[in-house]
Amino acid sequence: MGTVTIEIDGVSLEAETGSMIIEIADDAGMHIPRFCYHKKLSVAANCRMCLVDVSNSPKAVPACATPVADGMKVLTNSTKARIAQKSVMEFLLINHPLDCPICDQGGECELQDVALGFGNDVSRFTEGKRVVQDKNIGPLIETDMTRCIHCTRCVRFGTEVVGMREMGATGRGEHMEIGTYIEKSIESEVSGNIIDLCPVGALTAKPSRYKARAWEMQSTAGVSPHDCLGTNIEIHHRRGEVIRVVPRENEKINEVWISDRDRFSYQSVTDSERLTQPKIKKDGQWQTCDWETALTHVCDQLNNIKQSEGVENIGALISPSATLEEMYLTQKLMRGLGSHNIDHRLRQVDFSSQFEAPMFPGMEFDIDALEDMDATLLIDADLRREQPLLALRLRKSTRHGRVMSVHSGEVENNFKVSPNVSVPASDLLAQLQGIVAALIEQHKEVSAELTELFVDIKPTPDQQTIASELRINDNACLLVGQSALEHSKSSHIRWLAKTISDLSGCAFGELTAGANTAGGYIAGALPHRLSAAEESNICGWNTQQMLQKGLSAYLLMNTEPELDSSYRDAARVSLLKSKFVVMMTPFAKGEFLDYADVLLPIAGFTETSGTFINVCGEWQSFTAAVKAKGEARPAWKVLRVLGNLLELDGFDYVSSQEINAAVKERFESTTDARVGHFQRPDSLESGGEKPRPLSMYDMDSLTRRSLCLQMSVQGQDNWRRDQIEHLVASQSLPETESPDSLINLSASSAESETASLQESSDA
Amino acid sequence: MANEVCFRTMHLDEPWTLEAYKSVGGYKVWRDILKNKTPANDIIEQLKTSALRGRGGAGFPTGLKWSFMPRGMPGQKYVVCNSDEGEPGTFKDRDILRFNPHQLIEGMAIGGYVMTATVGYNYMRGEFYEPFARMEQALKEAYDEGLLGKNILDSGIDFDLYNHMGAGAYICGEETALIESLEGKKGQPRFKPPFPANYGVFGRPTNVNNTESYASVPVILQHGGQWFLDLGIPNNGGTKIFSVSGHIKQPGNYEVAMGMPFKDLLQQCGGMRGDKPLKAVIPGGSSSPVLPASVMMDITMDYDAIGKAGSMVGSGAVMVIEEGTCMVELAARTAHFYYEESCGQCTPCREGTGWMSRVLHRILDGEGKIEDLDNLQDIADNIMGRTICALGDAAAMPMGGFLKHYKHEFEHMIRTGRRWVDDQQNAA
Amino acid sequence: MSSEDPKRLTTMISAKAIEEIEHWRSKYPADRKRPPIIAALKVVQAENENWLSEEHMKAVADYLDVPHIAVFEVATFYTMFHLKPVGKNVISVCTNLSCMMCGSDKIVEHLQSRLGIKLGETTSDGQFSLKEVECMAACGGAPMLEASEIYHENLTPEKVDSILNDLGWEA
Ligand SMILES: Cc1cc2nc3c(=O)[nH]c(=O)nc-3n(C[C@H](O)[C@H](O)[C@H](O)COP(=O)(O)O)c2cc1C
Ligand code: SF4
Ligand code: FES
Repeated sequence: MGTVTIEIDGVSLEAETGSMIIEIADDAGMHIPRFCYHKKLSVAANCRMCLVDVSNSPKAVPACATPVADGMKVLTNSTKARIAQKSVMEFLLINHPLDCPICDQGGECELQDVALGFGNDVSRFTEGKRVVQDKNIGPLIETDMTRCIHCTRCVRFGTEVVGMREMGATGRGEHMEIGTYIEKSIESEVSGNIIDLCPVGALTAKPSRYKARAWEMQSTAGVSPHDCLGTNIEIHHRRGEVIRVVPRENEKINEVWISDRDRFSYQSVTDSERLTQPKIKKDGQWQTCDWETALTHVCDQLNNIKQSEGVENIGALISPSATLEEMYLTQKLMRGLGSHNIDHRLRQVDFSSQFEAPMFPGMEFDIDALEDMDATLLIDADLRREQPLLALRLRKSTRHGRVMSVHSGEVENNFKVSPNVSVPASDLLAQLQGIVAALIEQHKEVSAELTELFVDIKPTPDQQTIASELRINDNACLLVGQSALEHSKSSHIRWLAKTISDLSGCAFGELTAGANTAGGYIAGALPHRLSAAEESNICGWNTQQMLQKGLSAYLLMNTEPELDSSYRDAARVSLLKSKFVVMMTPFAKGEFLDYADVLLPIAGFTETSGTFINVCGEWQSFTAAVKAKGEARPAWKVLRVLGNLLELDGFDYVSSQEINAAVKERFESTTDARVGHFQRPDSLESGGEKPRPLSMYDMDSLTRRSLCLQMSVQGQDNWRRDQIEHLVASQSLPETESPDSLINLSASSAESETASLQESSDA
Repeated sequence: MANEVCFRTMHLDEPWTLEAYKSVGGYKVWRDILKNKTPANDIIEQLKTSALRGRGGAGFPTGLKWSFMPRGMPGQKYVVCNSDEGEPGTFKDRDILRFNPHQLIEGMAIGGYVMTATVGYNYMRGEFYEPFARMEQALKEAYDEGLLGKNILDSGIDFDLYNHMGAGAYICGEETALIESLEGKKGQPRFKPPFPANYGVFGRPTNVNNTESYASVPVILQHGGQWFLDLGIPNNGGTKIFSVSGHIKQPGNYEVAMGMPFKDLLQQCGGMRGDKPLKAVIPGGSSSPVLPASVMMDITMDYDAIGKAGSMVGSGAVMVIEEGTCMVELAARTAHFYYEESCGQCTPCREGTGWMSRVLHRILDGEGKIEDLDNLQDIADNIMGRTICALGDAAAMPMGGFLKHYKHEFEHMIRTGRRWVDDQQNAA
Repeated sequence: MSSEDPKRLTTMISAKAIEEIEHWRSKYPADRKRPPIIAALKVVQAENENWLSEEHMKAVADYLDVPHIAVFEVATFYTMFHLKPVGKNVISVCTNLSCMMCGSDKIVEHLQSRLGIKLGETTSDGQFSLKEVECMAACGGAPMLEASEIYHENLTPEKVDSILNDLGWEA
């Protein structure tokens, strides 16, 4: 592809051949009005708003669909262009309701904006306006189809980006309507993006409808807490209330998209399910108390148990979506007490290779590199459920490349997969061994030991294909899925995957749970390693041991192990049996009311500062968008106060940035970069099992509590009637404040520590 | 000099049979090509010489169009026949399909050979039940005779032809909408470029021609391009079928020489119905601007002359209008048609056609305002040239014609609420 | 996407219809699912008293393994598909320019008074529907109508009567 020189409004610009006028103008920051054009969608050229004046053309031409040519002179503002644009604007407005004062899009409406520039003040259209019946397409998206301007962005999004044709344009001419099949609810897990794509108020967010006007809201940059990509979000809030979450563009990570859970899970931290005050259980009854009482009680109990049962009987479990700072302080607190029972790998089952693990599990290549892959092997990965935006990326690669999959159980992909090998979990190892065997056959220089190990394995044709595709394509990779870690032989899976990658030369990637597994590793939220992967001379208990063998006391950092871990039943038994459970949680309700002894209200994800490290090792820090509800406080502050009350060293941080800096310094000074070294086993393993996968909105505590997500088609996958009813009941009630009000703290050291929790907003 | 090309079987009994077609020399050209492997370029040269222009409406030179197909490109290519025939006033393709289907088959097969397309589709509008039956019968005969299929007559040449049916949508006559429709979608035109010759049916190079265009080819090749050209006048080669309808004694299809004076054509059709005076003519289908009698009576029927007079040959649909006809009603009916048939994707067409139609019907209802007339012209101008396909233009152009020549009828109705023609008659 | 419920398919689409659909399918490249949609809808509509219910459209989509919306879009775009019940006989009268100039308004009037319904309506016995259509490419025989797949041209009120008689209208 060469470049040509064109001129737009007298400015000379370099342009790649084949690009459209509008792209060049956009790159140069010159604005051409448009509605149907969107840089991430195919060109439809149907709105005709972008008409410009091009030398040698008698007609105005659409800038979005007119390729550049050398020497082309474009005028976006000549009389010819302006007349054309004005006339299109007039056509667009004749059937538009112009109900801006009651429209949720008001203030951020592309039609409104352009109309200001190109519309006429007086309408000469005196005929009756078209009215279109609204359609119910589910709990996430509100429709007001009379406002639709038929740009078809939403339709193209479904067809092109998601690969699911759900929206369509039915009827024809003036009767054309955008909608789903009759009144079908939309099913896609990334459907909310059509809200952002819609240039007018035809598609708006149902949960935030009428909650605030665009210009009343403030915006804070955030990072989504739901998966290992580190999706960039923008949190919109007004007077301390989160109103909605929208994407923040990051070409390298999420492009311009977010998943529905990224968009709507905030519902769970704004609702009446929130814990707003500390609580202590006394004689089986929950009592509200002040922070001082609660924290002193925690310290006393932990010290008591340390004395009576030994510190090795205390442990901490941390959510894999906790921030780096929370992870770091939790492990520091535990280790300060003398316990190494710390883990954030809640769904992992096989810990046998933990000592060989890399600094942190993740991808050896960038997220955006995925779309260029010519061959990709998915190993037990269910991207749509686990990392929906990664599925969109990978889908792009299928335009030129090939995606192959070996997985256990049912996996529905939104792109073509071939071969697509589905086996019971117990046959997964054999499948991967077959691929290794195929690679050994195709390969010249394989060690005798390795060859010997696989000598009895006869690869199938599918395995041969997978092997050769990965080998012959320079741009090839494999991804071990998030739930592969739940497999009881995950260590062997990872070794096989690494071997496939080594033999074929394809890039290696592992997808991890939560938003911050990488952070958990780096922070040292592990029983066998300190932060920055420093080897610990004592190895504490991992999740499995803590929950199956049982401890006397647990610190639960924003996790509900009976739902979040792979040891649901064991967790229930052990937590109930234990002497003391401290629950740090934003939520007031849950099974933990039965087993916990103290509830410490912590900030929700929109209310705290912190850092997530994504699957590629990218550190992304964010600040709090709003103040925590009631007396709830950012968890890092609670941990800091606890550390000080326990008289542990090194808990003097005044900001989360300081904590971050401390971890970063250790991380950057590690010379031992710690690449994983997976040791060849002496024999091949077989069998193994994996629990049934959860529906995507059951995977974390936020989505579990988001009413609209639970009501959506994906949420109803695992429709739990009682839970929904409970959510409906709790969220339709006005927020009830507990009558117990907080006692002011006086000036003891403990008091001033807890007083620091009173600071208005997180730094 | 009539019925020499597409209607050359018309004088026979059951002209649609293979027998009948063979009796006028049918399939001779095809057999020769198969035997001699006539160089494709020679055929294209003959077509260029003939000055055959597309009979679907746009009048693009057929030889030139065929030369655009990337013949050397490997992979599947298609020839598609546009038998959608939807432009109001046009009914010639229906008669070719009903009465001379084999000639279309032969023309398409030759097209397939020239453009190295081994598959053809004949897209007929959904309402063409009888033509479909005739075409199916003819296809069967042609296959049975070994004139279609794989390795035809041992020539090593393949050509398969299928009939496809639409389901009621004028827009599917637009070639890219037709392609979408053939692919099983709504008939929404595609933005061009890319043109069908590069990206057509199923994303493959495709040539789309009108029924009459394809059906002319065998005869042109039989007698030579020069012969065809000489039938007509320079730059307007051959004969053309004019579908004459309206206030005429003998409405019907007339395959006559290009360049024939309109007067003569009128006479061939038996003159005006009831011998009323001619008021106006819509010379090329409802999208062509109307021309008053005074203009028409001095004009020849060819692309250049009608173009110069401010209208178009279009699809050759000649609608003859007698004195006493209300032009406001014709304009409103025309506007209604484009409003009904807009596919809906482009803003100016979707919104503008409805707007024009509503204003005109309001005028008919006696609720017109004088500024409506300027607005109508303005709406038409604002649609013109600003849409993906030419339906927008087709809706805009006739409005200009009506307002240019008959503005007084509109003004009269707005002012008095009555038809100008009635008041004229009463006054007389 | 194709929640293929074989039972629904066979009850919704007859074996004969499937045979016909397969005939159409064979005209297009094997890897294309959508080209037979229009033909399939016609076949199914013909079997279902001249109209397409939601369930029928879904059945067609599932049978051809295409998204429901793809079929719905097509069914709502083309005028020959009826998405609500219509009469056993649908009489399509052209009122476009040539027919209009040759008196289609009189034909419409006559039909309306004979059938006792307006354009766009169906007789109470469900036997006849009247439909105004755009140019059918038979302007040489204007005014014209189409009924039961047959074009009737050069209409006069008397001719309309005999057409109605042949179709079994006795009122
Ligand atoms: C709105 C619209 C309707 C058209 N309808 C027809 C039609 O019914 N039949 C036809 O042959 N061409 C029709 N055309 C023209 C076709 O797009 C195309 O130019 C033609 O089929 C090419 O064939 P030709 O070169 O042999 O004329 C239509 C064009 C437009 C814009
Ligand atoms: S001009 Fe009209 S018919 Fe043509 S593509 Fe645009 S909206 Fe459709
Ligand atoms: S932005 Fe170019 S036509 Fe819509």
